[in-house]
Parts: sequence; C-alpha cells; structure tokens
Amino acid sequence: MKVVVCVKQIPDPALPGELDPATNLLKRDDKLILDESDSYGVEMALQLVEAAGGGQVSLVSMAPRNETSGLRTALAMGADDAILVSDDALAGTDALGTAKILASAIGRYEPDLVLAGVESSDGYTGTVPEMIAGVLDMPSITFAKQIEVADGVVKVQRQTEAGYDDVECALPALVSVTAGVVEPRYPSFKGIMAAKKKPVEELDLAATGVDAGAVGGAGARQETVRVTDAEERQAGEIIEDEGDGHERIVELLTQLKVI
Amino acid sequence: MALGTILIFAEAEGDGPSTLTLELVTKARSLADTVDAFVAGDGASLADALGAHGVSTVYSTGALDDRLVGVHAAAALEALVTANGPGAVFFGQTPNGRDTAARLSVRLDQPVVTNNVGAELEGDTLVVEEPVFGGTKNVFTAFRSGGPALALFRPKSFEAEPSGGGPAAVQAVDVPDVGRAGAARVTGRFEEERSGPQLGEAGVVVSGGRGLGQPEAYEMVEELADLLGAASGASRAIVDAGWVPYAKQVGQTGKVVKPDIYIACGISGATQHLVGMKGSKTIVAINKDSEAPIFGVADLGIVGDVHKVMPALIEALKAR
Repeated sequence: MKVVVCVKQIPDPALPGELDPATNLLKRDDKLILDESDSYGVEMALQLVEAAGGGQVSLVSMAPRNETSGLRTALAMGADDAILVSDDALAGTDALGTAKILASAIGRYEPDLVLAGVESSDGYTGTVPEMIAGVLDMPSITFAKQIEVADGVVKVQRQTEAGYDDVECALPALVSVTAGVVEPRYPSFKGIMAAKKKPVEELDLAATGVDAGAVGGAGARQETVRVTDAEERQAGEIIEDEGDGHERIVELLTQLKVI
Repeated sequence: MALGTILIFAEAEGDGPSTLTLELVTKARSLADTVDAFVAGDGASLADALGAHGVSTVYSTGALDDRLVGVHAAAALEALVTANGPGAVFFGQTPNGRDTAARLSVRLDQPVVTNNVGAELEGDTLVVEEPVFGGTKNVFTAFRSGGPALALFRPKSFEAEPSGGGPAAVQAVDVPDVGRAGAARVTGRFEEERSGPQLGEAGVVVSGGRGLGQPEAYEMVEELADLLGAASGASRAIVDAGWVPYAKQVGQTGKVVKPDIYIACGISGATQHLVGMKGSKTIVAINKDSEAPIFGVADLGIVGDVHKVMPALIEALKAR
C-alpha cells in the first residue's frame, strides 16, 4: 500500500510567534520543525503500511528556503521518501494555493491513501486537506479519530459535534486525522542516521505545473488591511497555596453568588 | 454600503437551527440587504426559526442520508452561488462547515478565510477579523477576489437576535452527481452520552488538564462541577490522551465557552486552550507551575497542587 502524508514544517511553537511588519505574514526565519499535528499522520501511515504487509510511506511538504529539518524528523520516524516544494514565489500563498501545490506533489506518487493533520499548529486554517481532495477530485473523510484499512476500503471513526460517525470509502481516498489518533513514536538513533540518506526530491514552482497566478500573496486575493493588539485581560490576584487556597476560591464564588 | 445577499450555510441542532447558525444570520442582517440560507438536509423544518431571525429564502437539498455533507453540499452550493451571485457565503467553524467551504473554494476557485470572530464592511468590501497568537493580536483581512467572499466564523462571535420576520420561503435545490469524489458512506452514527449542563451553555465550567496526573483524577473535576451545577470540560491534552471524550474539549479545536466563571484545574494554558475560554467573565486557575500561561488570564490564580486544593475545595463546598 502506498500512503502519502502531508507534512507542515512550522516555527517552533515554544517560541513566541511574530508577524513581519512589512508583509503581515508569519515570520518563518528560524529553523522549522515538524508540526506535531502531522506526526500523528506519519505514525498512522507507518502502522497502516505495516498492517498491510508492506508498501511505501512518502511525504509531501511546502516550505521556504528548501527547509528539510521537519521532513528529516518524519523520515527518521520511518517514512521512506519525500517531495519538498520550495520557491520564493510561494511566500504568502493561502490555503487554496497550498492545496494546489501539495496536490501536484501528491499526484506524482499515485497513492492509495493520503493522510493529513486536521489543522496545523501555527495557522490552523483547517481547510487544506479537504481542498487537496477537491483539487484531486478524490473522496475524503475528515476528523478521523480511528482508521483501519482492509480489502481496499478505509474505515474511519469520524469525530462529530455529538460523538462520532462510522464512515467507509473505497481507496484511493484522503483522510485527515485528529491529534491523538495514535501515539507518535520517537525517532531512534538508527532512524535518525538512516533519514540522512533517504531521498528528498526538491521541486520549484514551475516543476509543479501550478499556475504562478494561483500562489503567493497576489494569488491569495486577500489583503491584511490591519493588525491590532487585542484587549488584554487585567492581571488578577495570584497566590501561593499554603493549605488555604481553596478558601479564597470559596470566597470568590460566594462574592459572585454562585454558592 | 451593503452587500446584496449573504448566503448562510445553516446547520441543524436538535429540531432547530444551531445557535451558531442564528448568530451568523443575525450578523449578516447588518451587512447585507438580503440574507438567505442553504441547508444540506431538511430545510423546511428550519424555515420558521431562520425566518424569525431574518432569512428570506431557505434553499434545501433534502436528506443526504448516508452521504457525507461537505462534497455534496459544495456541489449544490456551487450551482446556487453561480445562479444567485451572493456577495458572501458564511459558514460556522464546524466539521461540516469547514469541509463544505473547502470543497466550494476549489469549485469556485475562491479563497476562504477561517477562524473569524468579526465581520464589517469597508466600502462594499467585506473585512473579517481573526485572532492570532492565542488571541493577543487581531488580523483584519479584506477579500480582493471579486467573487463571493467565503468566510468561516467561530461560535459565540455574535449575539443571535430575532428580527421578527415570518417563516422563510423554502426552495428545493438539486445535489449534482459528484462521481467518485462522493464515494464515502456513513454506516453508523454514535452520540456520546450527555448528562448535566451543556458545555456551550453552562454559566459555570470546571475543566481539567494534564496536571491532574492520571485519568481517575478527572473524577474530582466532575465532582466539583456537580457541586457547582457546572459543566465539565477538558484541555486537548487529556482528550488526546483518551481520558475524556472529545465532546468535553475546550479550545481552538473544541468548544468555545464564555461562562460567568471558568475554573481551570491543572491546565497550563496552551494557546489552543486559551482561545476557547478567554472570553469567560471570571477565570480561576489552579496550577502548580507559577509560570503557567493560564495565570496570565486568571482573575484568581492558586499556585498549588490540584490534588490538595481540589479535595479541600470539594470538602468545603460539601460542608456548606
């Protein structure tokens, strides 16, 4: 079975995010890392291929400056190879443009199954996976919290507002996975060494065949007209618990007439 | 200036339109001359309530049965949007809202802007507001495509208010064949058991996070919630870990809550969580790490062990 996983490489979420004042785009100057949201898809793909008795796990990513740090992490987990699309003309590309780029890269693999995280941890747009399915005119199941593949059919528990739905679909199909669908493995030392030699094919915009007018800031056809500071909450009262912390809570609840 | 028509992707909840749908309808009234709604399902059953909030016409696909909403709704919407030319289509930030907007975006080749909490007109251009960096900054985005603006909004961004209108007209729309893209089938539906106050509506919410240490400790959250007549919630960390069902998740990917009082127990306050509860009137936090971001938004913060503070609080409330 051939599985392609969409992987986003993002600024370290532990560092404070910043917008570039000139472009109002998220600053991505530092090293980028594998989005944790995508590590679930990578792990799921590895487990599904193993359960199927073999196959291939490939990655696709779009990132500035030919960034591969995050891809190497996913390769170290066990993925086989990757396509990275990187081009200065892609800065400012929106969700739809990103989906067109990734769909083009995915098409090169002719996969049975495409996996993606439900949403990234930095932009959390949450529409790219379903847009990719739209561009590829492929069936899709979003918000998967459990996935099985048997006899060419993918069976998914799809999270809903009220609980979950059982949904199934013949392959090829795209499935977006929630965090927590599986526990991602840590790359082993052997895996990290092996990842350095795994093939990462780098494509520029022209190689994807996507129209240059569909990407970049102009292709996004939306403009950040201004950025404002949100109203901050007033700093509250912070106390150390000396065995009486609960009393202060009771006082507050009484004052607010909850009890 | 106003947009001619705004079309609302309306969703049902129980027997009527969801609160989120009515919030969007109410906001759309202030931006457009006409507000219409599209229902991927039985639109007739929602026509009274939608009309009472200002919707003129409800376009209804009829029951989709075992088909997934997104891909089919988008095909029907494409035909409707092409025929009627609304200035904007508004969606709630829900699983089906996201799927449908994404598929429609591809079909119309129009951009989508997600996660919005505000909308206004500048001239006749729609400008939407999205909070970023855990709600510390707001980004205002104008649609410049010339086509219909596709925008998704978070729950509780606007107040739902009736307009006093009569029932909306109902018009059936076809669902075009989407070929193999529509191959997925729903084979079963399961609802988590719900008891006690609902998370989205409760006046008091008690939530637990990773700081509880182990799944069994969540019982303290439930006991405290019971004593206060509150709903119980959770951070994404313990939902992901499988301690509690997704329906309890408060945050960016879960529910947005704005209760009078929010009590966060063992929650560090990741951006993902803060976005979902920052709008609470009063926030109480119990966490052993004094540097935890949750204390940045707390009105009352107790730096201490939840395993000591919570049992003491529960005993004190029981003793009353």
